[in-house]
Amino acid sequence: MIDIDNINEIWQTIARNKTRSILTAFGVFWGIFILVILLSCGNGFRNGIMQQVEGFAANSSFVIPQATSEAYKGYQKGRFWKLEMSDIQAIKTQVDGVDIVSPVVSKYSYSGDDNVFYGVKGGNFSLKGILPNYNEIDRSKIVRGRFINETDIAEARKVCVIGMKVYEDLIGADKDPIGVMIKANGIYYQVVGVIKPYSDNVNISGNNNETVLLPLNTMQRAYNLGDKLDFIIFSAVKGQKISVLQNDVRTLLCELHCISPTDSEAILMIDFEQIFKVFEALFTGIAVLIWIVGIGTLMSGVVGVSNIMLVTIKERTREIGIRRALGAKPSLIIKQILEESLLLTVLAGIVGLMIGVAIMAVVANFVDISSEDAVMFVEPNISFVTAISATVIIVLSGLLAGILPAKRAIQIKAIDAIREE
Amino acid sequence: MIKLEGINKTYFGAQPLHVLKGIDLNVGEGELVSIMGASGSGKSTLLNILGILDNYDGGSYYLAGKLVKNLSENQAAEYRNKMIGFIFQSFNLIPFKTAVENVALPLYYQGVPRKKRNMMAMEYLDRFGLKDWAGHYPNELSGGQKQRVSIARALVTSPKIILADEPTGALDSKTSIEVMKILHEVNASGITMIIVTHERGIANLTNKIVHLKDGIIENIEENNSQIVDFEREVK
Repeated sequence: MIDIDNINEIWQTIARNKTRSILTAFGVFWGIFILVILLSCGNGFRNGIMQQVEGFAANSSFVIPQATSEAYKGYQKGRFWKLEMSDIQAIKTQVDGVDIVSPVVSKYSYSGDDNVFYGVKGGNFSLKGILPNYNEIDRSKIVRGRFINETDIAEARKVCVIGMKVYEDLIGADKDPIGVMIKANGIYYQVVGVIKPYSDNVNISGNNNETVLLPLNTMQRAYNLGDKLDFIIFSAVKGQKISVLQNDVRTLLCELHCISPTDSEAILMIDFEQIFKVFEALFTGIAVLIWIVGIGTLMSGVVGVSNIMLVTIKERTREIGIRRALGAKPSLIIKQILEESLLLTVLAGIVGLMIGVAIMAVVANFVDISSEDAVMFVEPNISFVTAISATVIIVLSGLLAGILPAKRAIQIKAIDAIREE
Repeated sequence: MIKLEGINKTYFGAQPLHVLKGIDLNVGEGELVSIMGASGSGKSTLLNILGILDNYDGGSYYLAGKLVKNLSENQAAEYRNKMIGFIFQSFNLIPFKTAVENVALPLYYQGVPRKKRNMMAMEYLDRFGLKDWAGHYPNELSGGQKQRVSIARALVTSPKIILADEPTGALDSKTSIEVMKILHEVNASGITMIIVTHERGIANLTNKIVHLKDGIIENIEENNSQIVDFEREVK
């Protein structure tokens, strides 16, 4: 119920002493403003870090074959086994909840000798044979050209996508890389694209900046690998726990490759869930800290409002006394004082909220424009839910600030107004 | 209209102060009564009790046939609002409200819608020749105007009685005459009125003069002279 009369009545008293009202409200304004700014910055850093990690799908896992550690079905322990193309199909069809299954073969140049050349320039880079869906799990930004596509696979083309560092070191950042031929381990490939990983910090099978990506089957043929694979990366559909899938995949592979189900070393599984959890915990901690600091600042604002209102009530003894004499019931006086405090805090709070959000929008815009890869500070703003809860907090603190003054106000009796002459 | 039986009041402070020591008083409907007494005689306390602004310890007080005793704050507020109009020496207008808003305030506490109560307030202001001053704040009004506003405020709820505490105390003689004439008019319209004063001249303009001394009624003086000479009485 919006009672214009009532609001008028309250507004009159607030507007009566503008300077004091503004100064009083400033505490609350500042509290909310700081809270919004801090929360936004916290979110900005969180988003920045999470985007770093996000290059690699959080709910995905590596499957890397290792030597067996148990004898099983006539095989000795210590046997090296290999993943095969047929495993991909098996995982896809027999494990529920799997989203993407991506096979990879890779070659490192452990010796440290140059293995990739463009003209006379050479460098030491790793090679990876992949399918187009690889970029859906270990995500990179395509800076130039395109990624490996289905046609490359179908025709086993001798094409490659190179990492940013490969491009800069061999071809040079000032030259168009698309279409140039580079030689990797003695075979020429045509460059079709340049990629840059979203994250420099999370990579398992070599940094993609320093990698030459080839179509999977092209690489399998070039190195005479048959349909053997070095590892598989798979991801879970949304809402599916990766750890559950890891168990299912392990069981399936043990069966397919005659590995003892109790062999804990033959199949290495690596996932990022744990790492993500650590980050999550870290940022939750920061968020809690921000709330504590923000609420603390707000509280001092509330105490300020309460304090000033107490003084005001003292000054208004006469006015309140007159109101009582004219027939204002105590409940009405309480209501009026609470509403005054509420209006003051809510106005100040909403203004603080809006200015905070506006400033962070400007900052976000500035960060967006000023840096190509604004890595550490992304989308510094607060969510709608946070804004709503901040509003609820403002309202509650308005009521809180009014309680003491309202209590003081009803202790004033009508008779005091007349006595005070 | 008003019936007091053995009203007693003691203020319990560091030293208990027995202010009213058994007051018996009857005021009929439409009467114009004044209460006189030296300071400390208990006249203000009596007025506070009559106005339900203060409690009393012993005796009983009937207002319009209703016993007013041990009322809750809410009941007291309601009785004050509906039955009693106050006029104070220092006007007690709310400084940040205009004349019309001040007059309309008691109606606000009755829940009268704004349009209606502003209309009623305007009517009463008009009656006291303040129509053109309706939008002015109290500090823009003269003393006489302020008192007329407060009389309008006291009357706007059509109360049963008007209690006036030294209504002319802060006014010069010319405006005092003005105000007393207005109060007479109001009384002539049938509203019971009690005026507390220490000025003999003001008391002479009432029908009944109650002399209070040391917490008891010394005597009640009937004053039935039909001719009221304001100019002579108010100096």
